Amino acid sequence: MTAQPTADPALDRSARTAPLLAVRDLTVTFGRGRREFRAVDGVSFDVAPGQTVGLVGESGCGKSVTSLAIMGLLPARGNTIGGSATFAGEELLTMSGNELRDRRGRDLAMIFQDPLSSLNPVVPLGTQVAEVIERHKRVSRGEAREQARAMLDKVGIPDPTRRLKEYPHQLSGGMRQRALIAMALACEPRLLIADEPTTALDVTIQAQILALLKELVQDSETALVMITHDLGVVAGLCDEVNVLYAGRIVERAGRHDLFARPRHPYTGGLLASIPRLHEERGRLTPVPGSVSDNIPWEQGCAFAPRCSSAIDVCVQQTPELVPDPGHGPDRLLRCHNPLPAPPTAAGSGQPAEEETP
Amino acid sequence: MTSLTKPGDRKKARIDSLAEAGALSDEEGVSLWRSAWHRLRRDPVFLIGAVIIAAFVILAVIAPWIAPHDPAARLLIDQRTTQNPVPGPQPGFPLGADDAGRDMLSRLMVGARQTLIVGVLATLGGFAGGMVLGTIAGGIGGWADTIVMRIVDVMLSIPSLLMAFSLAAMFARPSQWTVILAIAIIQIPIFARLLRGSMMAQRHSDHVLAARALGVRPAPIVFRHMLPNSVGPVIVQGTLVLAVAIIDAAALSFLGLGNPDDTQPEWGQMLGRSQQYFNTHPEVAVYPAVCIIVVALGFTLMGESLREALDPKSRR
Amino acid sequence: MSSPTQDPQQVPSPDVTEDPTGGRTPGASDDILLEVRGLKVHFPIKKGVFIDRTVGHVYAVDGIDLQIRRGETYGLVGESGCGKSTFGRAILQLETTTDGEVLFNGTDLASLGGEALRTQRRHMQMVFQDPLGSLDPRQTVEQLLLEGMRAHGLVMGGGARERLIELLRAVGLPRTALSKYPHEFSGGQRQRVGIARALSVNPQLIVADEPVSALDVSVQAQVINLLADLQEELGLTYLLIAHDLAVVRHISDRVGVMYLGALVEEAEADDLYAQPLHPYTRALMSAVPVPDPVVEDSREQILLAGDLPSPANPPSGCRFHTRCPWRQETRCDTERPELRVVQIDGVPPSQRVACHWAEQIASGELQPHEVAVTLTDPTATESDHDEGLFGPASVIEAR
Repeated sequence: MTAQPTADPALDRSARTAPLLAVRDLTVTFGRGRREFRAVDGVSFDVAPGQTVGLVGESGCGKSVTSLAIMGLLPARGNTIGGSATFAGEELLTMSGNELRDRRGRDLAMIFQDPLSSLNPVVPLGTQVAEVIERHKRVSRGEAREQARAMLDKVGIPDPTRRLKEYPHQLSGGMRQRALIAMALACEPRLLIADEPTTALDVTIQAQILALLKELVQDSETALVMITHDLGVVAGLCDEVNVLYAGRIVERAGRHDLFARPRHPYTGGLLASIPRLHEERGRLTPVPGSVSDNIPWEQGCAFAPRCSSAIDVCVQQTPELVPDPGHGPDRLLRCHNPLPAPPTAAGSGQPAEEETP
Repeated sequence: MTSLTKPGDRKKARIDSLAEAGALSDEEGVSLWRSAWHRLRRDPVFLIGAVIIAAFVILAVIAPWIAPHDPAARLLIDQRTTQNPVPGPQPGFPLGADDAGRDMLSRLMVGARQTLIVGVLATLGGFAGGMVLGTIAGGIGGWADTIVMRIVDVMLSIPSLLMAFSLAAMFARPSQWTVILAIAIIQIPIFARLLRGSMMAQRHSDHVLAARALGVRPAPIVFRHMLPNSVGPVIVQGTLVLAVAIIDAAALSFLGLGNPDDTQPEWGQMLGRSQQYFNTHPEVAVYPAVCIIVVALGFTLMGESLREALDPKSRR
Repeated sequence: MSSPTQDPQQVPSPDVTEDPTGGRTPGASDDILLEVRGLKVHFPIKKGVFIDRTVGHVYAVDGIDLQIRRGETYGLVGESGCGKSTFGRAILQLETTTDGEVLFNGTDLASLGGEALRTQRRHMQMVFQDPLGSLDPRQTVEQLLLEGMRAHGLVMGGGARERLIELLRAVGLPRTALSKYPHEFSGGQRQRVGIARALSVNPQLIVADEPVSALDVSVQAQVINLLADLQEELGLTYLLIAHDLAVVRHISDRVGVMYLGALVEEAEADDLYAQPLHPYTRALMSAVPVPDPVVEDSREQILLAGDLPSPANPPSGCRFHTRCPWRQETRCDTERPELRVVQIDGVPPSQRVACHWAEQIASGELQPHEVAVTLTDPTATESDHDEGLFGPASVIEAR
């Protein structure tokens, strides 16, 4: 039922370099039998070196589970992972624990939402960063410490020599997140997954961290997967955006395209519901209901009960993720009745029913 | 009646917002206690514990009628010799007899009653005392908290069994009531501290702040908001402490501070009498010991699964 | 006590609704519902094993003056640790105030206690950030809504149920919600219950502390619209506390910007967003990510160096001088600026700013410069700069 078209349009982008991370039909199921819950349901995407791909969605859309599954960080029991995730051609999902541990930190790194709980509270910061370097780069302790100092300096932590000796609780939230980024980047990973890295931070600190991430991606050709609920963060940072809803990708587009011409009613609804700083006050247009109103994907479109453009077919047939005609191969859409697209250079918007081109 | 919205001119936007909030089932609400009970009924650990306890409770109630012999009758006293002080199993006496020639099986069955009465009453006493002290400390706070908690600290600083021994020894004539009282008193600080701790956490919670902001009087805040949200862990502790209470009662009896009237058998007391025959006839000690362990296990299983069922984090 | 003394049952809604002007007219300075004068809330930092010894204070709120007019929405923005939540609670007398007056309808709440304060609570209510945590998990919606009405003697006889259904309808919930418990609702629905509870006692002022920040993006707009609708229908006055500038701008008439326990700027919402005067306001507004790639690509950001200094050890002079890109050698680190009206073209007198150099910054005479990052240790106190592993927990708790 989640049959992905074998020739994924995302693969045909000959102009772009080969993907570093290729996720195909990733499925994560928690529990068994009657209490089974599919958190991620056939998610596919690619990330190329130097590219920033965004996974956007609300709580419960499966964006964090996706990243944990790729990193092999889901608990060993109580879940089933299907599909594939290859990193530079190697399958990550079937890799042994040791191999994966070796990969994590050296090739793949992750930063989390809560920097305090991601750091060991009783080990000085310098030791934590140096340990990562020592382990993956196989250098001496003194050398690792020197590199750790340089790394803290690079992510903008003032007076790094002193900070090396301090404990996580002595740092502010922004500095902790910087330290975590320093740890993640210590071994120059080729892929960085950032799971809501700025959600716990204040806006002025968020601006600092986002600027830092942007700089790192540009300078080092690191591939970045950015997981967030904040469309503002996506707008400034991501090259390509995947909008997730109830475990499936409902829309994929380049960031300019997505914000200028949202096609999925959920994306459109999200954009219409956020108050803008630069707009006069007026009534917002909320998305009605909440995720608890969803219907299962097997019965139709999960978003249909909340959707203002829902038509009969939406609760009868599951929409597939297909290229959006007239918008090039990079734009995918999972909708029976998409929002009308304003005329574009690429071609005029198609009327409704267009699920099979 | 007070009217929030003028019925005539309610805007369309308002009507929309009715649907906007999302669907809500028409069913009656399910309280946390009910959903905990719902999960408990399907928890095998709880069921095993409950079956064990139910079996012993039933046994305790009907034992006098189904016991094969009178537990106080010295039926096999003639078989007792200096070489063999404890008559062994024989027809009609599957577990043999004790050193006074009384049927072991009958004594174990009838003993369930005394043992459970002591354990349950002692725990209930400790629970009640702890609730009072914990509510005073956690509900009033300030000086009341300081005084109560210092008393509790002093009580906790004395090893509990030692305290029970001294309390039991204070009474001129030990009886099962002295045992119950002693164990209840040593349990009070455990309950009081636990309740006070969770009341303190409630005191700083948003919903208590909301009640204060609403102008609710202090007493209803304590009894309607703080207490109901704090007793969960205390009840769990109660089931776990029950097991300890039975073992403590056995220990007191074992040391001769229990009920001296051995026509009313009790497991701890039986265990105590058996000490002189440990080397030659360990089975006399093993029978009551196994009973104590199984009952304690039953209560522990129930307590552990109750803890899990009441934990809001484990709720779906 | 200047609140209405009639039988509350007979009052359809707070007396404001009878005001023909609708109370929404800005500049009606004679119609002030809440006035705060020199409010300070300092939390002692205690240390010691046997005897608690005060080793310092967290200056959570350190001298705030503001006025809120009837029927308006006053938005208070600031980052975590600036003391905005403490301020909101202090207004409702849910925190002990150290100094200052809170005049509500002319009555100084800070001087009231016990029963006198309790009866006043009916006129001012709070909506919390965490919709689940602020609802007692063991009470049905019916019990939750009735509680406040009972505490103030607002329910008698059989009318209660109608009133409850009315309240639910006002917040967009069906009547089946009455028998349900908080855990059975979605986040947005819970927040609606929280709002209904606040409305249950017919308040005049509602302090909403981050009312939407715990909700999903798509649901936030529902609650924002609901708050706006209720204000219009019931003539409510709001103090909206939030970190999200876009949300604040969207529903506020006037906005105050808070930094380390004090207001740095105050203005009509549109004026503030049109021309922010204080360097911190400028930085804050430039840091908000905009969900529009075109804007994101072109705009200039003022990136602030470093973090918020510890409120237990605030900088001397202007509290923002350690991070300010326009900081000057004189005055900034020695003299604490007061909120003042500035003489700048296009800036109305209602816009006040606490900066010594606001005019020069606005005219471009002063240009931003590099700022060296100063270390901020979240555990530092004024008397003890090098806390060990066991720093005082109260510093972190006092937000």
